[in-house]
Amino acid sequence: MIESPSSPLAPLAGAHVRAVHDAFHGDLLEVSMGPHHPSTHGVFRMMVTLDGETVVKLKPVFGYLHRNHEKLGENTTYLGSMPYTDRLDYFCSMTNNWAYALAVEKLAGQAVPDRAEYLRVILAELTRLLNHTCLAGFLLQDAGASGTPLMYAFREREKILDLFESLSGSRMMCNYQRFGGCRVDPTPAWFDAARRVTEEYPRFLDEYEALITGNEILMARTQGVGRLSAALAVSAGITGPMLRACGVDYDLRKAEPYGFYSRFEFRVPLGDHGDTYDRYMIRILEMRESVKILQQALRDIPAGPIFDSKAKIRAFRPKAGEAYGRIEGPKGEIGFYLISDGTGNPYRYRIRPPSFVNLTVLEDMCLGHTIADAVIILGSIDIVLGEVDR
Amino acid sequence: MSDTPVITRQDRDELRRQGILLTSIEEVYNWGRSRSVWPLQFGLACCAIEMIAASMARFDIARFGSEVFRPSPRQADLLIVSGTVTKKMAPQVVRLWNQMPEPKYCIAMGACAISGGPFKQGYNVLKGIDRFIPVDIYIPGCPPRPEALLHGLMELQKKMRGEKLTGPDVPRNKQPDNPCEYPVPEFGAHDLEPAKNPDIWQPPAPVRPDKP
Repeated sequence: MIESPSSPLAPLAGAHVRAVHDAFHGDLLEVSMGPHHPSTHGVFRMMVTLDGETVVKLKPVFGYLHRNHEKLGENTTYLGSMPYTDRLDYFCSMTNNWAYALAVEKLAGQAVPDRAEYLRVILAELTRLLNHTCLAGFLLQDAGASGTPLMYAFREREKILDLFESLSGSRMMCNYQRFGGCRVDPTPAWFDAARRVTEEYPRFLDEYEALITGNEILMARTQGVGRLSAALAVSAGITGPMLRACGVDYDLRKAEPYGFYSRFEFRVPLGDHGDTYDRYMIRILEMRESVKILQQALRDIPAGPIFDSKAKIRAFRPKAGEAYGRIEGPKGEIGFYLISDGTGNPYRYRIRPPSFVNLTVLEDMCLGHTIADAVIILGSIDIVLGEVDR
Repeated sequence: MSDTPVITRQDRDELRRQGILLTSIEEVYNWGRSRSVWPLQFGLACCAIEMIAASMARFDIARFGSEVFRPSPRQADLLIVSGTVTKKMAPQVVRLWNQMPEPKYCIAMGACAISGGPFKQGYNVLKGIDRFIPVDIYIPGCPPRPEALLHGLMELQKKMRGEKLTGPDVPRNKQPDNPCEYPVPEFGAHDLEPAKNPDIWQPPAPVRPDKP
């Protein structure tokens, strides 16, 4: 062991050092990180087995925030589940709403007016900005830059939350989409505010990138850390920025255009190393593309109704059948699978949470890295426990 | 008692104008500690994000002396239960509360921590953290805005400033029968065991209007 050039003790290899090394080598230490741990993004627990500082085994333990979403969904009406979708991934309530509305609209064969489709795109891209900004802040927090990057991120988050609040009445839990459209029509002043936020966003990204992207410490901490191969990512069902960081060109907005995404011009950024740095960069680049989509959508949005007048609100009972609606959420593919038996409640209400599926490769990414890197790898997956545990 | 000279508020104000500050140990002690409440860095669910937002630049909880979120319960004064407490998580929350040194306070932030909130019907959701630990301040909302959290903190400071050091009205932690540790429930076969701490929580008696 000690003769191998990779051993940290190799240059010191004397008889005494060898004795100490032999005495301790192979003793594994099991550390329980969480469920109360500042770096686990909520109540997530990692049972880490360490050899020195190196992770040799990692067992994720979750269920600490299992809030029975699916059981509650089977016992409420279709519309009654809409507020619960806000609380799945509490950063991205608008995209969760949209995915659920899409599933129910598929089930009921419900059309959506053009203006509502545009609004959905605008709100989804604002949500993507919000989520990726917060992720960049939290990732830097995990890397040890305590406070300041997160403060920059939350400053921008507040601007978007103000838009959401003036539109839907709530900062985080928007409950805005309906089956067949949206709930409230934005005022012209709201669009002006949204345009202002969109125009100012690239400036914030430039500022953030100037401070962070080329930062030596960040590069040393993230480049080559937590590498994920494209083959493993595909076979494990990874979606979203994590998959694209491995170089797999798969974005539901392009692969299976829902809503009006086929009308917008944007690119899908791809990484080529699949490491933590790529996952950070993909998010930054995606935000720049989101700004482009927002500019086009805010320019082209037509006048008209935001709600299909033929949509049924009271006594909503879709005919028996099943439907799966999925969209490209900020964290990956978020989907809702519904089975209807013709009554007012879904017979089965199943959520496909992106961050839960993305979390399954955590051990593969962490093996061989130090415990401090495991924290930052977990941060780059972008999990939200409300969605992981449901 | 009536013949002892009492210093009235007017006297105090008069002395303060002369540059003499008259106070009591109790007042200085409570004033000091109410201005530096250190919360435990402990997020459970959605409300934790608003708790983080409250500590960021826009809402700036540092104005109230509470920006020092401690990762260790041994250094914290305040437990903000920010989110849904599930039956799997409840033992850990109570254990964290037991590990905090006295005097300590608890804020139940959000509908879930108060009563289970929208998830009350869920089979895995605890219907209020006050079944296991004594809660000082309840902040309703789903999630409460950061301003609401700040208001809750100010109410807690008010409560701390009114606390007595001696006498019959001393707070919970100075009473002789105060338990140092609260029983930690276990995740049993069907429910938490015990399902509540009867010393601090009893189910509310139903109020029925008298029949005419």
